[in-house]
Amino acid sequence: MEPETLLSADRVASVEPGTASAGAAPVRAPRPVPERSGNDTLGPQTGPDARSDVKIRVRGLNFHYGKFQALHDISLEIRERYVTAFIGPSGCGKTTLLRAFNRIYELYPDQRASGEVILDGENILDPRQDLNLLRARIGMVFQKPTPFPMSIYDNIAFGVRLYERLSRTRMGERVEWALRKAALWGEVKDKLKQTGTQLSGGQQQRLCIARAIAVKPEVLLLDEPASALDPISTAHIEELLDELKKDYTIVIVTHNMQQAARVSDYTAFMYLGKLIEFSATDRIFTNPQRKETEDYISGRYG
Amino acid sequence: MRSSAAATRLYRRRRFVNALNLGASVLATAFGLFWLVWLLWTLVSHGYQWINLDLFTLPTPPPGSAGGLSNAIVGSLMLTGVGVAIGTPVGVLAGTYLSEFARASRLASVVRFVNDVLLSAPSILIGVFIYNIAVVTMGHFSGWAGGLALALIVIPVVVRTTEDMLRLVPDSLREAAAALGAPRWRVVLVIVYRAARAGILTGVLLAVARISGETAPLLFTALNNQFWSTNMGQPMANLPVVIFQFAMSPYKDWHHLAWAGALLITFTILILNIIARILVRTRKTGH
Repeated sequence: MEPETLLSADRVASVEPGTASAGAAPVRAPRPVPERSGNDTLGPQTGPDARSDVKIRVRGLNFHYGKFQALHDISLEIRERYVTAFIGPSGCGKTTLLRAFNRIYELYPDQRASGEVILDGENILDPRQDLNLLRARIGMVFQKPTPFPMSIYDNIAFGVRLYERLSRTRMGERVEWALRKAALWGEVKDKLKQTGTQLSGGQQQRLCIARAIAVKPEVLLLDEPASALDPISTAHIEELLDELKKDYTIVIVTHNMQQAARVSDYTAFMYLGKLIEFSATDRIFTNPQRKETEDYISGRYG
Repeated sequence: MRSSAAATRLYRRRRFVNALNLGASVLATAFGLFWLVWLLWTLVSHGYQWINLDLFTLPTPPPGSAGGLSNAIVGSLMLTGVGVAIGTPVGVLAGTYLSEFARASRLASVVRFVNDVLLSAPSILIGVFIYNIAVVTMGHFSGWAGGLALALIVIPVVVRTTEDMLRLVPDSLREAAAALGAPRWRVVLVIVYRAARAGILTGVLLAVARISGETAPLLFTALNNQFWSTNMGQPMANLPVVIFQFAMSPYKDWHHLAWAGALLITFTILILNIIARILVRTRKTGH
């Protein structure tokens, strides 16, 4: 993805935190560098691409599981129609951050988020936000494939029926469209009536992607979508992401650094609930600005 | 370094203890099975010869004349039907509440505790209770009162199994449905219930098995009826009470009918349990 454009406009977290992030991009920075040491917050998005808008803007996000604080004052920007990856060692909060974007954490009463997650100018953490409409705009695919215990067809129609009343023909078209987008159509077109649970793991995961796409969301959240899959299925999914980012804003959490390097345009490195570094993926992997990042990507921990 | 003699001694000791424990376990199992087999054998040997067409077509006779158990069989089916029809929806809804809507709340743990108490409450207590609120109020024994008493036994069983089965549905499935924007009720109705369908049905079957042999609650509520009757507003014949009455009587032919009835109930329960097991097995394998 045009690294030149990205990098030139890139404003990377400074080696001397607290000074550069405020200074280097005064126009972009939505908030000044925090009062604290600055070590734990990163200047916002560092690669403003002139042609792309910010889709999601996270400001001062804190997250608690009961008394445990899992995210500390996270601020970053997700660009429209790019792939943004969250990487970091287990327990660093990358999945937690992702789960704040569609408020799925609210299924569990002891989980709380505070701060702002702004989607197209609207704070989705606002309690008045309609959750169902929000989730229609932000689709999610989970680590383990989660086909519903129903036919392949119904797996996809389930989400669509929540928002649209389609005739049989239109629904059939929509199901085919979603399955084609997820590169699964060829494999299942003759067995749409079979249960989704009978597919292989990789097929199940693509079914889940198709299911998410069928609702026509704007953002796609992927939580380690390939970690339970074999290399061939993983390659399938990665190719798919490249295709999907033409239409969707994609945020992917991954354990696998090579995967992040392969599929993403922007990468955020997180550690112990803090955003350590966030910039163009090439930059993170070739020229990390922070020691923690460098240690992690060179395999010294995590 | 331990000498090899000591090691051998230790090894021998272990083998001995192992054999001792294994032997004790086998004996205990055999002891339990022995009574069960004896019981079933007695039942079959006394009952099988009286299983015939008359049993299903003729109502309970006066002593000395030909008859069957048709009124008691139909009565039992109707009472069980009413018990399940009332108990299942209440039980499933309560189990759903516990598993899906109030999992960690204080109210849920109170409900769960009370339900467990009800689950192990002696059924005669339920009989007396319904006698007081229904039979005394209506002024006479009735099929409705019997059905109600059985419903009270069904409810805690279904609540418990429903909650357990719903909890076996992985949260990832709920998350996946919620992430599509499905409201809570729809997630439960379309996704969770579907995933737990076999398990919930199993719970209901086990509840049916449980109530089909209950005598005490019916003795106080539906009582009995010598004649063919399908009127739920009147006392109603049913297998357990007929068995109780006939077995206690001095008449040989009534004894025979009691044995046949007992065999009938036992086999019904056996079949229900087998179906429940098959359902659970299919659930585990996923399809």
